[in-house]
Amino acid sequence: MCGIVGLYLKNKKYNKDLGKFLTGMMNNMSTRGPDSAGFAIYSTERKKKYKYSICYNKNNIKEIKKNLSKEIKDAKIKIISDHFVLETLLKPVKVISIIKSYNNLNLVGYGSSIEIFKQVGNPRDVVNNFSLKNFSGTHAIGHTRMATESAITTDGSHPYSTGEDECLVHNGSLSNHNNLRRTLKKKGIEIKSQNDTEVAAGYISNGLSNKKSLKETLIDGLKDLDGFYTFISGTKNGLAIVRDEIACKPAVVAETKDYVAIASEFQAMAHLPNVNKAKIFEPEPGLVYSWGK
Amino acid sequence: MIKLNLKKDSLRKVNELLQNLDQKSNDRSFKIINPDGNHAICAGLKDEMDVTIEGHVGYYCAGMNMKADVTVNGNVGTGVAENMMSGSVHVKGNASQSAGATAHGGTLIVDGDTSSRCGISMKGIDIIVKGSVGHMSAFMAQSGNLVICGDAGDALGDSIYEAKIFIKGEPKSLGADCEKKNMNKKDQDLLKSLLKKASIDENQLTHFKMYGSARKLYNFNIDNVSEY
Repeated sequence: MCGIVGLYLKNKKYNKDLGKFLTGMMNNMSTRGPDSAGFAIYSTERKKKYKYSICYNKNNIKEIKKNLSKEIKDAKIKIISDHFVLETLLKPVKVISIIKSYNNLNLVGYGSSIEIFKQVGNPRDVVNNFSLKNFSGTHAIGHTRMATESAITTDGSHPYSTGEDECLVHNGSLSNHNNLRRTLKKKGIEIKSQNDTEVAAGYISNGLSNKKSLKETLIDGLKDLDGFYTFISGTKNGLAIVRDEIACKPAVVAETKDYVAIASEFQAMAHLPNVNKAKIFEPEPGLVYSWGK
Repeated sequence: MIKLNLKKDSLRKVNELLQNLDQKSNDRSFKIINPDGNHAICAGLKDEMDVTIEGHVGYYCAGMNMKADVTVNGNVGTGVAENMMSGSVHVKGNASQSAGATAHGGTLIVDGDTSSRCGISMKGIDIIVKGSVGHMSAFMAQSGNLVICGDAGDALGDSIYEAKIFIKGEPKSLGADCEKKNMNKKDQDLLKSLLKKASIDENQLTHFKMYGSARKLYNFNIDNVSEY
């Protein structure tokens, strides 16, 4: 099953409410995915400064913080539940290799705009643990997982981020992910888990690194990705949604002059302002819809 | 009229009330407010009554309905009126997938569009869609009538049995064993009565085409193996 949600704000006045709105959307989707949850929040880019969302599990954060600060002099570390966000001016290549040298750290995602958090447990608890309601930003994506083809771990949770400021959530299952994983690995795309969605995220990263737009990449994906899917994908510029040609996996979009909300079911967005006056539609099978600046 | 508020009362409480009406009561008109996309609203009603739902509804709205008349002033999710036996369901907005799936009887009217698989495996229901329907509509439809005032997506009427499809627009493609039929007087009268049910101008009648089963897949035939 799984529940997916996305929210793109057109009106800046709601930026401060992004976390609050997404909390409601994820809570309402907890019935579709009680095993784990995660979300990605995009906020205004900071020039040259990169943010690294890192899961430290149950390790000693004080010690990690101390050691990291030695290696990354300007490191600003914000701890939220079992994650922390590290902010630095240092080049990503350097920072990523430092993070990788710690066996007890998992890089969940990085970029100039994105912050990602994911955790095992009921979505209601997960969003509370990360205090999602306090986040502000321009757009966001969330996922509630009912695990099917890989283990219930943080690694198996969505969103998946395989490139700078990219992320992907998925409702469905892919059937050709093993083959595609091998092909992408040969192209130098790093895929850490056995999960099918991470392969799709890697596929998108590969497309974007070849100077294709998110929309073009998702259109290519319609012929290269086999299986059932509704994908919501984000970049720092916006969101896109696509459903496979069979369209078994649900999706509904509500668009007003202030925002675009996407969810597996309408009930996820029933609490959003003026949603009853929104233009509400289901994305057509095999068509890519995108919103962004 | 009795007002029911899903923000105050639980869905289960509201459904139980409607499913277990006092048989002696004549007060059989209900309005449900704040549906907020909840699932299975008005599922399993079995008595004559009028229910109006003000707002958008989730999955399986008025599923298994018998005798009741349910109106939704909004959109509905997957499987509205699925397995309906009798009565009527009128959706003033759009419907999602599998509208009227497997339904044995009654009438489903959708003022907007429906997405894929409208009337899948229908077994006697009359479905009238004033807009368009998505792909695989009337898939394996056994009996009953599907009226489409707009267009249809791919594979309309795939593996259809004895249901009838009337369409004003164009199907994007026909499914296996579905073919265009000539309408005789009886079919025209039937369509006229269906249009009347949905308050559609009878003069529209001449714009409709009829589709049904070519009956080539009823018995196994090696020449049709690719179609099975």
